[in-house]
Amino acid sequence: MNISVAVVEHVARLARLELSEEEKNLFAGQMGAILGYVEKLRELDTEGVLPTSHAVPMENAFREDAECPSIGIEKALANAPDRVGSFYRVPKVIE
Amino acid sequence: MRFQPVIGLEVHVQLKTSTKIFCGCSTSFGSQPNSQTCPVCLGLPGALPVLNKKVVEFAIKAGLSTNCSITPRSVFARKNYFYPDLPKGYQISQFEDPICQHGWLDIDVNGETKRIGITRIHMEEDAGKLVHGDVSGLEEGSGVDLNRACTPLLEVVSEPDLRSSDEAVSYLKQLHQIVTWLGICDGNMEEGSFRCDANVSVMPVGSATLGTRAEIKNVNSFKFVKQAIEYEIQRQIELIEDGGTVVQETRLFDPNSGKTRSMRGKEEAHDYRYFPDPDLVPLVIDEAWVERTRHGLPELPEQRRQRFMTDFALSDYDAGVLTASRELADYFESCVSLDVNAKSVSNWVMGEITRSLNDSGTSIAQCPVTPPLLVGLLKLIDGGTISGKIAKTVFDEMWRSGKDPAVIVEEQGLVQVSDSGAIEAIIDEILTREAGQVEEYRSGKDKLFGFFVGQVMKASKGKANPAVVNELLLGKLKGR
Repeated sequence: MNISVAVVEHVARLARLELSEEEKNLFAGQMGAILGYVEKLRELDTEGVLPTSHAVPMENAFREDAECPSIGIEKALANAPDRVGSFYRVPKVIE
Repeated sequence: MRFQPVIGLEVHVQLKTSTKIFCGCSTSFGSQPNSQTCPVCLGLPGALPVLNKKVVEFAIKAGLSTNCSITPRSVFARKNYFYPDLPKGYQISQFEDPICQHGWLDIDVNGETKRIGITRIHMEEDAGKLVHGDVSGLEEGSGVDLNRACTPLLEVVSEPDLRSSDEAVSYLKQLHQIVTWLGICDGNMEEGSFRCDANVSVMPVGSATLGTRAEIKNVNSFKFVKQAIEYEIQRQIELIEDGGTVVQETRLFDPNSGKTRSMRGKEEAHDYRYFPDPDLVPLVIDEAWVERTRHGLPELPEQRRQRFMTDFALSDYDAGVLTASRELADYFESCVSLDVNAKSVSNWVMGEITRSLNDSGTSIAQCPVTPPLLVGLLKLIDGGTISGKIAKTVFDEMWRSGKDPAVIVEEQGLVQVSDSGAIEAIIDEILTREAGQVEEYRSGKDKLFGFFVGQVMKASKGKANPAVVNELLLGKLKGR
């Protein structure tokens, strides 16, 4: 399946990835190959088979509405590159 | 050209659970930033979300109360986008197969009933909160508080069946009443527990094709919803009449200016690439579960309003006011169950009680005049012990002290005087004193009758039985 560089660029922007020109061409080929394989799978007759959303045949895993201790502010912020008080700090979000 | 507005609403209902939708962190409001977080709601690698069963129960309740069908097998999906308040880079929501579908609400528009379709209700997690500027140290950058992240929400999506801002507000108020009535949402719009996005478009009257819509975000009061929709309708009409075209975009309502403005930058992200969340297994709701929930539902506002009209012979209007909230309706019914005239309870609840609650900013649940106290008062009136006028004085005292009305009447000597001898004595005194007015009355100035009644009531400090006063006074003035 043929994937254009424009499609690669769109997907890269959605994923916030910056790609070089070589990478765009490389990934266009690779994505085309992956989707080509999916095309091949589509040849199978799946009439009457529900789309599989989960590989494990399991349903209804619940928890009760009971409070568990949180991990605490210091642990929560331990990996934060930047913080102010007990907030994470990120580059200004303009709105 | 005349234009027809077309409006659809997406309402986010924050559910009143103790914990978040996929983890056991508390959902309480106003705690220190990031104190209510754990690996699941922080989106740390390897953390596994597990669904809060109460969220499902609340969602089924909401669905059944808005005439939806409950989807037997529904799945959670990831909605992918980047924003600093969304730690995982995706929001867990539902896309295909939401838990509730194809419902409706009947709204009242200027006395006419109109059915508004509900496309779907789905469960999802809320994002965190961004803080700008108003915290010291945040002059640069924005602060992220993830306490709200993963808080359970229902998103209720209406069909584009609404045709005016009034219809939108009417629909919204009814939905608000239902979710608070069910006890699944605290309904606090200022804190964002019930918030609304409005999709607004206009099309020429008679057209079959919908216009391009703008989505107005997060309007947090009924008043603002009305303002925002009206502004947006006008903006789009003017734009089209000036030869422009409406672009599909997200707009933000600014309550200070009453205007909506474009939110740039959110647009390209509309490619959400939904896919089933592999961390969460499918949700299967069998008929038994639905029926169990249906049986556990309280009587809903509309049913209760109808019943109040039938059982207590109340007017449409009175029944509507008394069923505005479940607490108020319960209060009314507790009174009526104490064997007293429903109409007088209705008058007092809608009158003195409501007025005093409003004046003091008290909720009906905290009303110091409990149903037994109010009924005690009404029985004193019915039995002729006190007059309706004195009852107001007793009521105020009950409100202040919470004392039994009979005790108040006793202590303050407010018992109504019905003894004709005593009243006659007062009347004689007044008629002697006001001889001039008596002459005028007898020469045809009938209106003076009210003056005499007033004088007698005043002289008796409001305690004379008005019926007896009227009768005796009339006899004395006419008869002689």
